Amino acid sequence: MNALIISAVFGVIMMFTGIFVKQKPVTRNIAIAGVALLLLVNILEMSGIDFFKVHTAGFMLFDRFALLFNSVAFGSTLIYFILSAPDMEKVGHYYADYFALIFFILCGVVLVASFQSLLILFLGIEIISIPLYILTGSNKRNLISNEASLKYFLMGAFSTGIMLMGITLLYGATGTFDTQFMNIETEGTSALVIAGMLLLFFSMAFKVSAVPFHFWTPDVYDGCPTVFTSFMATVVKSAAFVGFIRLFYDAFGSIHDDWKLVAAIITALTLLVGNITAVFQQSVKRMLAYSSISQAGFMLLGLLALNATSKEGIILYATAYSLATIGIFAILLKMNDHSFESFNGFARQQPLLAGVNVIFLLSLAGIPLTAGFLAKFYMLKATLESGDFLWLVILAVIMAAVSVYYYFRLIQAMYFKEGDGNAIEVSPGFKLMLVIVAACLIVLGVFPNLLLNWLYF
Amino acid sequence: MPINYYIILSLTLFVIGIVGVLTRRNTIIVFMCIEIMLNAVNLLLVAFSKMHHINQVATNPTAGTEAQLFVFFIMVVAAAEVSVGLAIIVMLFRNTHSIDVNFLNRLKH
Repeated sequence: MNALIISAVFGVIMMFTGIFVKQKPVTRNIAIAGVALLLLVNILEMSGIDFFKVHTAGFMLFDRFALLFNSVAFGSTLIYFILSAPDMEKVGHYYADYFALIFFILCGVVLVASFQSLLILFLGIEIISIPLYILTGSNKRNLISNEASLKYFLMGAFSTGIMLMGITLLYGATGTFDTQFMNIETEGTSALVIAGMLLLFFSMAFKVSAVPFHFWTPDVYDGCPTVFTSFMATVVKSAAFVGFIRLFYDAFGSIHDDWKLVAAIITALTLLVGNITAVFQQSVKRMLAYSSISQAGFMLLGLLALNATSKEGIILYATAYSLATIGIFAILLKMNDHSFESFNGFARQQPLLAGVNVIFLLSLAGIPLTAGFLAKFYMLKATLESGDFLWLVILAVIMAAVSVYYYFRLIQAMYFKEGDGNAIEVSPGFKLMLVIVAACLIVLGVFPNLLLNWLYF
Repeated sequence: MPINYYIILSLTLFVIGIVGVLTRRNTIIVFMCIEIMLNAVNLLLVAFSKMHHINQVATNPTAGTEAQLFVFFIMVVAAAEVSVGLAIIVMLFRNTHSIDVNFLNRLKH
């Protein structure tokens, strides 16, 4: 509850900052302080100190899973602000408003991660989506940004309509919006419940860009200003996944057998299409968009398995994926263009940046000793524990091997190709922050329990 | 009236909305079709609310009110979405002097 209220308040504060504060570094520092405060109060809430006693029973449930994910989301946002906030200046004139919108998105992230009533899930998804439409179109003179924004908006509104129909049919069958009290019978489930569940499944698959519903993702991620793509592909996407898993864990856990085949097919398609299309991309930004689809395939494994390991896994995956992707995007933002060629000879010019970039890419590819490896391992372990889907685990391992190809293409460009590249200037603070993020990935890759113990104690 | 009539009416409206979104080329019309989808949902929610109220009023006098509340939330969110959506359409119109959805194909590589 702490973080929800403070993030909404900080959204308003940032809007006023835009009026009263003209210096951009001051605005930036206020925003960074705001996210740090959010992280702090959220950790305090995990240790039992709640400042706002609000009665949310039946609507929201702040359990360990939700609070831990909130901490991960705030931590990632803090790192994102420190690394990439200076680059937001290039997008447009309304510097403080971008921060305000991001604080509102964080508000929605808290709602989605801790919902108990379907009303809160719907509100959370919308509070995340509407500011994102604005951020996607924030480069107003750029036609590509406009188109991405319109496309995202139409797709988002359409999938919201489908989700609402699903919620309504479910309400008709059960008479409640509370996921804990739906009591869906295992035997003889009514047609309304099945239809509602499938509609909810498809609309959430839209939001996390699982494969038959992924076609908007590459275009939107490509057209969106790169700083905001970074946020959209990491924090927002993992929040949608946490909502997805919570929904199916709480409401549809009892009829797992009815939907797991659909989920398995969608997972397999996501892994196949995401990885294989990523191989053919010429732009690093577009490659990362497809890589986000393929990583979504791995996160879907957690949804499919639906056991305690998959809850641990999704937290670890969200952390590993968010940190690595934010790091790569922060480096990509400093480049003049987004092609693979612009990284030629990068290692000679910026040995340190190239080194940390290698760690991020290795983590995304799932090489041992990085957090990405353990995250993938937890997902596969959860799927094996659930029993049925050995073929899916084999497919996932093969696809992880395919993903090594396109991640290593960037490493090859940085280390083994000659090129003048583009001379980029970065501050020592930026380098230090990147090294810290890379260190976090390696530490989590060796001791994942540093993070996961928070789920239990 | 039996609840089935409401379900059929709402689903018909909803399908009209979906078909409109998928086939029409004018952004404003697409937008209208999304609104039809949302209002079909509203209608169905109110019908279900009444149904649950009649069925459960003996044990729980407030049964069914949460769906009525949900309808108001949908209206509010739809209004917020419309304001942002129309702003996006106006922004696109300034740059391209067209509101045709076919412009969206330019992003594909």
